[in-house]
Amino acid sequence: MISREIEIVNETGLHTRPGNQFVKLAKTFESEITVRKGDREFSGKSLLKLMKIGISLGDRILITCSGEDEETALDELCRFVAALTE
Amino acid sequence: MGEIEVRGISASPGIGMGKVFRLEQKRLVIPEEEIPEEQVEQEIGRFLEGRRKAFEQLAGIHARAVENLSGEEAEVFEGHLEILMDEDLEEEIKERIGGYRFSAEKALGEVFEENAREMEELENPYMRERAADLRDIGRRLLYAVAGEELVSLDSLEEEVIVIAEDLTPSDTAQMDKKRILGFATERGGLTSHVTIMAKSLEIPAVVGAGELLSHCRDNQIAVLDGTAGSVVFDPREETRSACGEKISLLKKEREFLDRLRDLPAETLDGHRVELCANIGSERELEGVLSHGAEGIGLFRTEFLYMDKGRLPTEEEQFAVYRKVAESLGGKGIIIRTLDIGGDKDVPGLGLQKEENPFLGWRAVRMCLDLPEMFALQLRAILRASHYGKLRIMYPMVISLSEIRRLNALLGKAKDDLRAAGVPFDEDIEVGIMIETPAAALTAHILIREVDFFSIGTNDLTQYTLAVDRGNERIADLYQPLHPAVLQLIHRVILASHEEGKWTGMCGELAGDERAAPLLLGMGLDEFSMSAGSIPRIKDIIRRSSRADLRELAVRVLNAGESREILEILKAYRSESLSPGTQGQNDLI
Repeated sequence: MISREIEIVNETGLHTRPGNQFVKLAKTFESEITVRKGDREFSGKSLLKLMKIGISLGDRILITCSGEDEETALDELCRFVAALTE
Repeated sequence: MGEIEVRGISASPGIGMGKVFRLEQKRLVIPEEEIPEEQVEQEIGRFLEGRRKAFEQLAGIHARAVENLSGEEAEVFEGHLEILMDEDLEEEIKERIGGYRFSAEKALGEVFEENAREMEELENPYMRERAADLRDIGRRLLYAVAGEELVSLDSLEEEVIVIAEDLTPSDTAQMDKKRILGFATERGGLTSHVTIMAKSLEIPAVVGAGELLSHCRDNQIAVLDGTAGSVVFDPREETRSACGEKISLLKKEREFLDRLRDLPAETLDGHRVELCANIGSERELEGVLSHGAEGIGLFRTEFLYMDKGRLPTEEEQFAVYRKVAESLGGKGIIIRTLDIGGDKDVPGLGLQKEENPFLGWRAVRMCLDLPEMFALQLRAILRASHYGKLRIMYPMVISLSEIRRLNALLGKAKDDLRAAGVPFDEDIEVGIMIETPAAALTAHILIREVDFFSIGTNDLTQYTLAVDRGNERIADLYQPLHPAVLQLIHRVILASHEEGKWTGMCGELAGDERAAPLLLGMGLDEFSMSAGSIPRIKDIIRRSSRADLRELAVRVLNAGESREILEILKAYRSESLSPGTQGQNDLI
């Protein structure tokens, strides 16, 4: 199981569209993926959860991946979040 | 029967007249009774079957959105599909059917509503708005489960004015834009989904009008004025003909503006000036290009500092500046460094309330005292300068030593980037905003340290006349066309030309139709205003000759008071402007 903390850099955060892309990407991995913001943790494969937690600009989230492809999963998800621009 | 007028919020400008189409969904009766245990399986089956139907509908809407809307808007519906099929939602709904013995309708209604409420409690307003998406999805699912059709706007047979309680994202995505003359909703405000869609589709719209559906019938004639924010049902003859006139005038105006867009701002005798736009956030970029701006004469950066509840990082600023630089191609963009303090609060700076905020710790005074914060902004601008034509402008300068200290900080930021091997525009131009009498009177000295000036007439007027522009009791004294202000403006322009440099203006006066000919006559090189004013100012310039305007400037600069100046300018407009090269004189 590996984790990494990352800051949200785009203005509107993980709203519907980038959120959906994140979830789509997460679903391509075998690993179990969770996202933690503050003291709340939830599945990184549910867009609804992602939206309900309200991940916005400047938030730091902890992404945790656990499974056979955990390293690729974590790298790719972090890269995706870091590259968001809108 | 008399006409009925209903007023609401003006959400998207324009006017339309046509038959009413009431978008009203059939009311559903939600079975409230507990279901017997043997019916649980059946209810879950109804839910899943309804969800399958809703999925098909949404997939159709998504396909339509891909065709009609931007890729980004279409992708939102992919998100809707994802949420519709969400496993947690499915579990919550099944739990209510199996555990609480709710009907499928009641179970899903509650689950969607609960989740939407949770989303509404979020701090981020953008996310809060997403609760509407969730309710939209929930409603579609509910109707599908109940086996009822949702009325949609996708198969209109004639042009109509849509009247609805509210429009959901899927309603607007399905809309056949060519058949919709305008729409009015009972709910909604300036930031809601309907308003944003109406503006981007350029359909006249009124929102938040309160009671509407109870005042109208299908096929009744209505006039919808998105500019005025009103809807009139059963309009009288006069109302109809006035509306017809407005429609044809708007059409003419649009054609006229379209023709002007790509023409230069050039006088009849070949003197060319630059018309640019003022913007306060990257969201305004679209209007800049559509109105034919030749660049951005003022990019205010305050929103970066005020919106977030904390100071922006270098990366956040860089991303915004870069986006602006890239979207303007090679056109110039003047970025004004942070102009804040006193009257505007910035969370994260711990500003104190001041007795005289306009004369206090603000703009460059603050930036010089907080060099580390300022360095972040300078580095972000420099880094972005690699991606387009950026210029830097310092606000509220009163002395040479300030410019030297600011430029020293800029030099330091450049050194750091160079050392780190980060590319930036080595020749980036630096200017100052002239908004204090002190700067205007010493313009001939200050110009040696910078590449250009831009006059901020709002503050220059306030400081020169000692008139608080926010004080209504002395509002009549706030007069940018006061001889003292005009003398200062003239002095600044001449000082820059002496050194072979240029002066622009980014205050409201630059977009003032009365003042533009005068300013051109005084030698102003660049006019920056809200994008919407550009075509009219361009039209005036294209119908003037520089020789006439110089003469006009001499007369104005010799006039004794504002009233006399206004009369001279008015007479010029009504008597001396050439007939339009566009043949559209009736518009101004």
